[in-house]
Amino acid sequence: MPDTFIKIASVTVGSGTAATMEFTSIPSTYTDLVLKVSARSGSTTGTNVAITFNGSSSNVSMRLLYGTGSTAASLADSTKIAWEQSIASYTSNTFSSADVYIPNYAGSNYKSLSFDDTSENNATLAFAELGAGLWSSTAAINQITLTSSSANFVQYTTATLYGIKNS
Amino acid sequence: MPSTYTPIATTTLGSPASVVSFTSISGSYTDLRLVSVYRGTSTGINCYPNSDFGSNKSWTAIRGTGTVAESSRNSSIAIQDYWQTVTNATGEFTVSKMDFMNYSNTTTFKTVLVRRDVTSAYTEAIVNLYRSTSALTSLGLYSASGNFDTGSTFTLYGVKSA
Repeated sequence: MPDTFIKIASVTVGSGTAATMEFTSIPSTYTDLVLKVSARSGSTTGTNVAITFNGSSSNVSMRLLYGTGSTAASLADSTKIAWEQSIASYTSNTFSSADVYIPNYAGSNYKSLSFDDTSENNATLAFAELGAGLWSSTAAINQITLTSSSANFVQYTTATLYGIKNS
Repeated sequence: MPSTYTPIATTTLGSPASVVSFTSISGSYTDLRLVSVYRGTSTGINCYPNSDFGSNKSWTAIRGTGTVAESSRNSSIAIQDYWQTVTNATGEFTVSKMDFMNYSNTTTFKTVLVRRDVTSAYTEAIVNLYRSTSALTSLGLYSASGNFDTGSTFTLYGVKSA
């Protein structure tokens, strides 16, 4: 039986920092994509990881359900698809985790996303989120860019892209 | 390295349909994952395992609408991936993932974890309970209203723990 959950590529921030992490030349030979992200920003204020496709930040929207440890709330945003990440004021060595599912990424329909993420913190404030994202484009996804919205990703931030085949 | 995430069957609709079925599901996996990418008019998935239409299911949901976070629970005759049905926006497809844990055991009731996303309306997480000790051998996916549109896809994967 062939393996159908296959690592395509992985990116790790080395010594120093990085403003973005990028996957390019994504082959169209899979059915769906899964992206796993472990991230932390050097920012001292709340910041997030934004995902864009094919170098375009247009025609994106999302809907979030999130809990902070004290409240649950929901928001909608028509300017970005993004999730919370750990920041410099969080517990040392703590990185946020995100799991992003992108079905039918190479098809000609608009691209829907499903994502879950956490930014755990040994303090009062932390985040758990469920998210829906939409890139209203019929183009096949061949590039994914992750951008830290404030300050850069710190060393050891990682992202791994997997391809899933349905046959 | 043996494959631990195996496609069992997939259906892509070439024309609108109200029902998609997976039958003769092997018991050789640990868990099942159903990935559905669909659209339609005010629809969601009513999943009937083993053609069981009895009132022996229930669910608890959390949902974000974009303005509020809310929760509900209910009894049901189906394993559902939705709290309320919704019509997709133009060009938008719903993403639904259902995880059936330990689906082939014959001693415990079956828990099903669901994530469903309709960006124009909701993001949801739902836990379903199917109060049956029977192994799951078939899944009937019924549109909650009307049809699933052309281009909707439904794929069942088997997940092995080793």
